[in-house]
Amino acid sequence: MKIRVAHLYPDYLNIYADRGNIAVFERRATLRGHELEITSLAPGERLEPSAFDLIYIGGGQDREQTLIAPDLAARGEAICKAVDGGTALLAVCGGYQLLGRGYRGRDGSTMPGAGLFPHETIAGDKRLIGDVLLEVDLDGLVTTVAGFENHAGRTLLDAGAAPLGRVVAGHGNDGTSGYEGCRVGTAIGTYLHGPLLPRNPVLADWLLGQALAHAGGSDELEPLPDELERLAHAVSAGRARSRGGR
Amino acid sequence: MRLTVETSAARLVGRVSRAAGCGGGTTLPGKLLWKVDPAAVDALAARLPSGVALVSATNGKTTTSAMIARILGPRYRLAWNNSGANLASGIASTLLSTPSADLGLLEVDEFALPEVMRRVQPRVVALGNLFRDQLDRYGELEHIAERWREAVSGLSPTSTLVVNADDPLVADLAEGRARALRYGLDDPRLARSGLQHAADSKYCVRCGGPYSYAAAYVGHLGDYRCPACGHSRPPLDVAARSIDLEALDASAFDLVTPAGTARVRLPLPGLYNVYNALAATATALALDASLDEIVAGLGSFTAAFGRFERIKAGDQQILMLLIKNPAGANEAVRTLEEGGVPETLLIALNDRIADGRDVSWIWDVDFEPLLREARRIIVSGERAAELALRFTYAGFSPSQLEVIPGLREALDRGLDLTPVGGELGVLPTYTAMLDLRAIAVSRGLVRPFWEETA
Repeated sequence: MKIRVAHLYPDYLNIYADRGNIAVFERRATLRGHELEITSLAPGERLEPSAFDLIYIGGGQDREQTLIAPDLAARGEAICKAVDGGTALLAVCGGYQLLGRGYRGRDGSTMPGAGLFPHETIAGDKRLIGDVLLEVDLDGLVTTVAGFENHAGRTLLDAGAAPLGRVVAGHGNDGTSGYEGCRVGTAIGTYLHGPLLPRNPVLADWLLGQALAHAGGSDELEPLPDELERLAHAVSAGRARSRGGR
Repeated sequence: MRLTVETSAARLVGRVSRAAGCGGGTTLPGKLLWKVDPAAVDALAARLPSGVALVSATNGKTTTSAMIARILGPRYRLAWNNSGANLASGIASTLLSTPSADLGLLEVDEFALPEVMRRVQPRVVALGNLFRDQLDRYGELEHIAERWREAVSGLSPTSTLVVNADDPLVADLAEGRARALRYGLDDPRLARSGLQHAADSKYCVRCGGPYSYAAAYVGHLGDYRCPACGHSRPPLDVAARSIDLEALDASAFDLVTPAGTARVRLPLPGLYNVYNALAATATALALDASLDEIVAGLGSFTAAFGRFERIKAGDQQILMLLIKNPAGANEAVRTLEEGGVPETLLIALNDRIADGRDVSWIWDVDFEPLLREARRIIVSGERAAELALRFTYAGFSPSQLEVIPGLREALDRGLDLTPVGGELGVLPTYTAMLDLRAIAVSRGLVRPFWEETA
């Protein structure tokens, strides 16, 4: 089955090895006989988000994020509609922040967001940096997610909003709440890079499953051996336990 | 009075740490001095009759400093931190251990540069490039550039600022400055077909529009121009033209300088080393070297340890190339491509502070040419499994891949797989390189770095 993927602003948002996440989608789909068709989007280009089964947006440096923020904010309504219709979405770091309601800088300036995730991000004094381990429950699929975080923003979820997971070790959304990321239906936002998906194949397959369901197929994916993935996950999780923030 | 007491105490620590065999003893005395009396560094620098030259960059500062040392060695007695100890404490140690030097030649960590500049009041500052590197430690490029901008604004107008004109962020630091030397490459035949994946400063420093490149040489370094506002690479004072890359052996080029033009044969591979040679040339010129001295120094240069090194291991050879960030690793890959990729490669990834704790950068490196050519790859180091994922998700066959986290075992296995007379390609991150080199030292293959001279 063909899975249509929109990769938002890859020339601007690619700081924490975002192409690793795309490589994982691509290979894990191919190994199951599916095909990924990736469309890269630049600012100003036309895009109908609901025409895609999966949307990916990564992180950038402050300067690059500022350059694309207005373009992304203008697409907010269309992206929300796509996720409502079952399009899967993964947003990492800067992309996660910009898909919230907005980002307030230390100088008081505000950068409006796309409004998909019910949160607001405020610049903090000290960057939250280090290995992270989360406990995640994806509709009954309980697993751990390991990654690396590096963000100055404190992301504050609205009351009742669903985080991606509980922080076992590391800082998480704001360094104090004990939660990390945000989940809205088939959309996941997170600060975790490393990149996120190679060492977290369960999460990769959950997203691919949602995308397949949107494409009109079954969301069942046959298991892969994943020995190296488990090894990398274990090392990364150990790093978080021994030296994660907080 | 205080200086004398503290410095003899600190010098003693250095001797003790070397005698105790805990490796070089390079920064312990400086750490002590830095703790007890940081202002002593100002006084130590001020007593150097010919002043101080500083070299900083994401990539190439060790090699550039070594080239300058080669050029100026006959002219000056140097206080040079050739062990790579480039934080304030390492610089304090170097100044302490060379009381009779004429000239300070110091490579400086990008983050430490502003404080070091304030303290040593340099005569020349050479700034090479800014690439994404250890974002967990250094933060974003713009922040480093901002710190550098502030430091440069405090630089004495009689000091010379050397900048790489091919790096937009770095070149901009010399904007409007009278005493500045700008260097760059001028040979579009050697440009890459496009910007690489990890290219960083590709948006105009003035207006934010994307640059268009007449030639992109290494990462985002090149001959750039913004079609929107017209901001472009400044004219070059020091340039390399008609460059011939001779595979893994050397590069030859016309060195164009305000003091004239000469043909140079640099016995090091890679365009990035031509950049280092240009930075060394501009710095040496600012320190009164003649073009003849520069040509002679560059022509007789040997690589800084571990950056590019051939180590004989019985009837085999180890070819070691340091990898530490996407831009540097891309150039190591390009060097191997041009010289022929060894059949067996050992690639080692550690995640200690000096390597960067965040290992995501390996996904930004274009390893693909190696994956196409290598017959077998051994991944090693503390994060070997991450490298294994990087390569298998790129399509490298798991049957050609071995995961051996222990460096000693990985090196043995690599040499087992390398035929007699053959070469094992080794690409380690910084601390893996130090460990591998220590293994080579323990086997009598190389001397420890603190006994080496350039």
